[in-house]
Amino acid sequence: MWLIEVLGFGQKGWGGLLIAGAVMTLCVTIVALLIGAVVGTLVAWAKLSGGGVLRTLGNAYTTVFRGVPELLIIYLVYFGGSGAVTAIGRYLGYEGFLGLPSFAAGALAVGIISGAYQAEVYRGAFLAIPKGELEAAEAIGMHRGLRFRRIIAPQVLRFAIPGIGNVWQLSLKDSALVSVTGLADLMRTSQVAAGSTRQYFLFFIAGGCLYLILTSLSDRLFTRAERRANRSMPSSFGQA
Amino acid sequence: MVHEHSSDPSTATVNRLSVRNIRKKFGSLEVLRGISLEADDGDVISILGSSGSGKSTFLRCINLLEIADEGEIWVDGEHINMVKKHGKNMPASSKQVDHIRAELGMVFQSFNLWSHMTILQNVIEGPVHVLKRPRAECIAEAEALLEKVGIAEKRHAYPAHLSGGQQQRAAIARALAMRPKVMLFDEPTSALDPELVGEVLRVMRALAEEGMTMLVVTHEMNFARDVSNRVVFMREGQIDCTGAPPEMFSGESSPAFRQFIGNFRG
Repeated sequence: MWLIEVLGFGQKGWGGLLIAGAVMTLCVTIVALLIGAVVGTLVAWAKLSGGGVLRTLGNAYTTVFRGVPELLIIYLVYFGGSGAVTAIGRYLGYEGFLGLPSFAAGALAVGIISGAYQAEVYRGAFLAIPKGELEAAEAIGMHRGLRFRRIIAPQVLRFAIPGIGNVWQLSLKDSALVSVTGLADLMRTSQVAAGSTRQYFLFFIAGGCLYLILTSLSDRLFTRAERRANRSMPSSFGQA
Repeated sequence: MVHEHSSDPSTATVNRLSVRNIRKKFGSLEVLRGISLEADDGDVISILGSSGSGKSTFLRCINLLEIADEGEIWVDGEHINMVKKHGKNMPASSKQVDHIRAELGMVFQSFNLWSHMTILQNVIEGPVHVLKRPRAECIAEAEALLEKVGIAEKRHAYPAHLSGGQQQRAAIARALAMRPKVMLFDEPTSALDPELVGEVLRVMRALAEEGMTMLVVTHEMNFARDVSNRVVFMREGQIDCTGAPPEMFSGESSPAFRQFIGNFRG
């Protein structure tokens, strides 16, 4: 009875807030994944086709952002970014602290990290395309843009799906760290609920369950996408 | 050095393909050492030679998958313009490269069908997206081509679900769908199990009988002797000897070629 009251959707219940927190976590992760997709594509391209300078920059990006703790990046983007915004504000005559919106800062930070992992996923996927298929596209008279759109992009996506599923799950969990900026995501909400009711065990387990629901549902989605993308593969792979 | 568009000056009729003094080095290894070749309309030329003699590289230079260091190429009378960039030979215009490639059908040893597309999608891809022809028309033509190479019933299958012989026939249909001026075959049967070679050769023979201009790099001696009207024997990056099959195979060729075909007879 008491349990339903605390976790429910009534006046004293935290249920609604926890669900809202889960939705916020989902939103941060989706935006971060999209930012990461753009960054990752650019970095993968730099590493694959760029000259010496571009390739070095691409390598530096993946080394740094995979090698430094996620929390540090979040602090860097949130406080560093806020510091920069404040400085610009002071320059323009506004006195006082200007903060980056915590959603934007969080999504950007997680996106930057996710981009480093996605770059490696896309690079691997590109290298998995048989060379001969690219040659056949050249031989039939496809120009660069057409080759990318018709032959490369669809196959990179196909080969990247399992890796992206992994990155998605990593980003979903990384997004919990965004709670340090005060964003009311699932982590932060569980913490607040636990603190104000003193029911630490209950609310952290409830939060954990919601994370598990998010990850297992999305896992199922990726598995389905993978199976669909593998229709064209030999039957021993993915033909269900 | 930029060459203007010009047709081959030495002949009155336009050759389908004319290659003059092609040279190609990979590092310090000189793979092609001055190759010249002309193909008139309907010519079927078999290019023979032991591995490493440069025959595949020669074919790949024609459709610019490799860029020759020196030499001139005309396709259907159109000269391929080259420029020197940092001392390296380069095509002057990537537009022209794409246009030339669209006129040359290429069939690879390893088929190279696009694995994410069905057979029909493979065949209509070029006509629809490169030539920008109406889709419905391309589909009708593709189905007729697949019928002709004998795999119409496989049109909605993916390449991975076909045998090697079927894949190669699909690859030939894909090349034909571009209505090429010349077909280039790069060892089309070398990756096939022996029992699948015949079905591909039958398709190629039918093409030859329809008057398609073909350059065929091959190890199939029977095809070279019975189907082609000219045999070119390459050795160490040069054309060692060339001629009509009856003379070439009756012993009026070079000692090196006689030894080469001797090896095939065991």
